[in-house]
Amino acid sequence: MLRTNLTHILSEKEHSELLKNNENVMVCCGRMGPMCIPVYAEMEELENEYKHVKFADMEFDLPDAKVIRELPECKSFFGIPFVIYYKNGKVVKATSSIQSREQITNNLDTYFNHHE
Amino acid sequence: MNNHFDVIVIGAGAAGLTAGIYLSRAKVNTLILNEGTVGGQMVLTHQIANYPGIENISGYELASNMKAQAQKFGCTIKSNVKITSFDLKGETKKIIVNNKDEYTSHAVIIATGGRPRSAGASGEEEFKGKGISYCATCDGDFFQDKEIVVLGGGNSALEEAVSLTKYASKVTIVHQFDNFQAFEHYVSEAKKNPKISFIMESKIIEFSGDEKLRKIKIQNQKDFNISEMNIDGVFIFIGYVPNSEMFQEIIDLNENKEIIVDKNMHTNLPGVFAAGDNVAKRYRQVTTAVADGTIAALSAAEFVNNIIKNVHIEDTIE
Repeated sequence: MLRTNLTHILSEKEHSELLKNNENVMVCCGRMGPMCIPVYAEMEELENEYKHVKFADMEFDLPDAKVIRELPECKSFFGIPFVIYYKNGKVVKATSSIQSREQITNNLDTYFNHHE
Repeated sequence: MNNHFDVIVIGAGAAGLTAGIYLSRAKVNTLILNEGTVGGQMVLTHQIANYPGIENISGYELASNMKAQAQKFGCTIKSNVKITSFDLKGETKKIIVNNKDEYTSHAVIIATGGRPRSAGASGEEEFKGKGISYCATCDGDFFQDKEIVVLGGGNSALEEAVSLTKYASKVTIVHQFDNFQAFEHYVSEAKKNPKISFIMESKIIEFSGDEKLRKIKIQNQKDFNISEMNIDGVFIFIGYVPNSEMFQEIIDLNENKEIIVDKNMHTNLPGVFAAGDNVAKRYRQVTTAVADGTIAALSAAEFVNNIIKNVHIEDTIE
């Protein structure tokens, strides 16, 4: 399991439940590595600020993480983490490799409406 | 005043956290302001096997331990803040974060570290994660049986080029000079690896592709001829740049933009110290950052104690 304070998605079922129960979802699918940890850290901080978004992570090497690894949006991705933004269960944005706070908040503001 | 501290440390990498540990343990009221992730470049290291006393630890764990240790001694750490302005010249140092919160102190330690140098070629940001990578351990396995380039000629570049041959069918090292900066051991390992070839005295000037990286343009630095290469991936290891730009108008920097300090880690400004990867020095390791942080903390504590003592004497005279 990833050592973060985010909600962990452990199976395909949990993944689909999370998408069903939340309008705006950001999932970071990675390992405990240098390119991934900064993204989890940003998400942990942003969780308090973006109350209308559900933040979660999923371990890249879990067999069930194929729900993310095999997304058509990730076909050209060659760097972890894969970060997926879902609106009403649909992928609206996907990014590959490390992202800055500005890049993340830009996506959150663009795809999940600007927070109050 | 709640926002006044004895010492403010800017940066929470190995140097900043060490300063926080030493100062707080000495009961010097200390605030660490950090713009990015706590741990700095330590977090960018998978395994640290040469930190004395610890056989093997991930950079993330070592950083988390240092942070917890500093907090245990009473150090305040504010991370993910943006320093928007500051005045470090006067006796009272002022730092404003997020355009609104003002913090003051008697002394400041600049421990802002460094960041990986980018190639500076067009298309670099566009293809990051889509063929361009800065971490072989993270992304090496995406390049199974593919042809890749490693950009750089230092220890990291040569070592990672060899490790990437586990996955890639062919690794080309592109380096801007005619000789390598890496230790001889890494150079000879790379040279005897049949999967590795070299393009010397050359720079990548353009990354291009469609949904992923497909091609790079390489320019020879002697005759300036440009050649194209079809490629699946490029790993960039061309060293680090110090995070010192924001201080360049008031703090003396050398030609590499590194902060010039004396043996007590004091900069040209009284009460302003610097420590870690942003100072002018030859070797940048977690251990050297820790050493810098220690010296800066002890020097800053002495500086603050002298101020407090003088204030006390003046009060007595009155």
